Amino acid sequence: MSEKPPVLDFATDWDHTDPQWVSDPYPIWEDLRGRCPVAHTDRFGGAWFPATHAGVTAVAKDTDHFTSRSVVVGNGRPGDEDLPAPIGLAPPITSDPPFHAIARRLILPAFSPGVVNALEPQIRALCVDLLDRFGDADVINAGLGYANYIPPSVIREMLGFPEADTEKFLEFVHVILENVDKPEEERLEEFLPINEYFLAQIEDHVANPRDDLTSYLLNVELEGEKLSHELIGGVMILILVAGIDTTWSAIGASLWHLAQHPEDLARLVNEPDLMPVAIEEFLRFYAPVTMARLVKEDMEYLGCPMKQDDWVLLGFPAANRDPVVFADADRFIIDRAENRHVAFGLGIHRCAGSNLARLEMRVAIEEFIKRYPRFELADPAQVTWAQGQVRGPRSLTIRVR
Amino acid sequence: MKVVIDADLCQGQGRCFSIAPNVFGFDDLGNGVVLGDGTLTSETLKLAQLAMANCPEHAITIEDAE
Repeated sequence: MSEKPPVLDFATDWDHTDPQWVSDPYPIWEDLRGRCPVAHTDRFGGAWFPATHAGVTAVAKDTDHFTSRSVVVGNGRPGDEDLPAPIGLAPPITSDPPFHAIARRLILPAFSPGVVNALEPQIRALCVDLLDRFGDADVINAGLGYANYIPPSVIREMLGFPEADTEKFLEFVHVILENVDKPEEERLEEFLPINEYFLAQIEDHVANPRDDLTSYLLNVELEGEKLSHELIGGVMILILVAGIDTTWSAIGASLWHLAQHPEDLARLVNEPDLMPVAIEEFLRFYAPVTMARLVKEDMEYLGCPMKQDDWVLLGFPAANRDPVVFADADRFIIDRAENRHVAFGLGIHRCAGSNLARLEMRVAIEEFIKRYPRFELADPAQVTWAQGQVRGPRSLTIRVR
Repeated sequence: MKVVIDADLCQGQGRCFSIAPNVFGFDDLGNGVVLGDGTLTSETLKLAQLAMANCPEHAITIEDAE
């Protein structure tokens, strides 16, 4: 679909939608760390990519010099009119201080460990039901028939949206996160039905309040006032985008790994207590998410001449492979005891749904290996990886017997 | 020995209270909190050290008492 010239040197012309980057970015990042820790590209109107843990940390924690007004790299830049800074389109991920803390305090209680852990039985029942649907098939699609259904079903239920809309969710996520190369007007047009859908759901909750996240958002107050429907819609877009294809990717990548490493699979089957430690290593090794910032004004930063409105892509997955911070960084060690991975980001924008993501990963993997204690890739060449800022296997056929 | 969480650094990554649930808890925002006064026994010290080594925000410190 894209007719862009191929990348010849990722240090000076990187492109995270390049087929080489999409299929196997790790050697690219290792090469960059060795010779050019902050890569540049003129694509997307100018963008930087720090490949080291130190570089990613510096930018992630520096809200003075970088704004989160938009966090997805594209050809356009958000204008002041359509995005009321410092709130942004999808607060709090697109918000800057001081509004950020206010918006975050609104949604964090809905995703705290206490609230999220109560969802375990329903997530487990969902996973069992999805596995039941595979019947006694020898080959199943663990990406498009399992991992992809878990996060949208959980979030749809949290929001209190109709069960029949799960597929619609998947379509929306695709529109928002992929196809970043499309012209800005076309992208905005694709957003219209999404906004309409959310507003209709919100109005339905105004008319029929119930005990769910949508009604919670309608009830909370910001400085003594209820949230506007527009703002709630923005928070919902965030929850949908941030919660679905990210966790789908993490579950899929974990199963992809286990399908190719029978020794790790056997350990998890035989040592269930290992699961929480293993989950952190899956998160480190296959961290699915990169997030962007925009440079606030021209400056010299990390030794680079950054210009106002340049993107900085925060490669949390690259930071997780930095040998300065992680021993044997390129080895997956299922019982790695010390693991300061940054899969959920660093600083004030730490993933608000991290507790839910971990829970979904753990339950999804537990139920999968309980049903299928031995499995392998049916056709390694057939596995496809998502393009964009969330990386994970999409179609993932697995031979289960 | 006493364990302390720097509330300005903690971002609720959630590692401490899952590694050492006897030493750390969480508040309603999901940020880590030290249970009790943070005094560590020889038993809890190891887990607290492990939690410290896993905190991505470097928000945990273990201090010598007195």
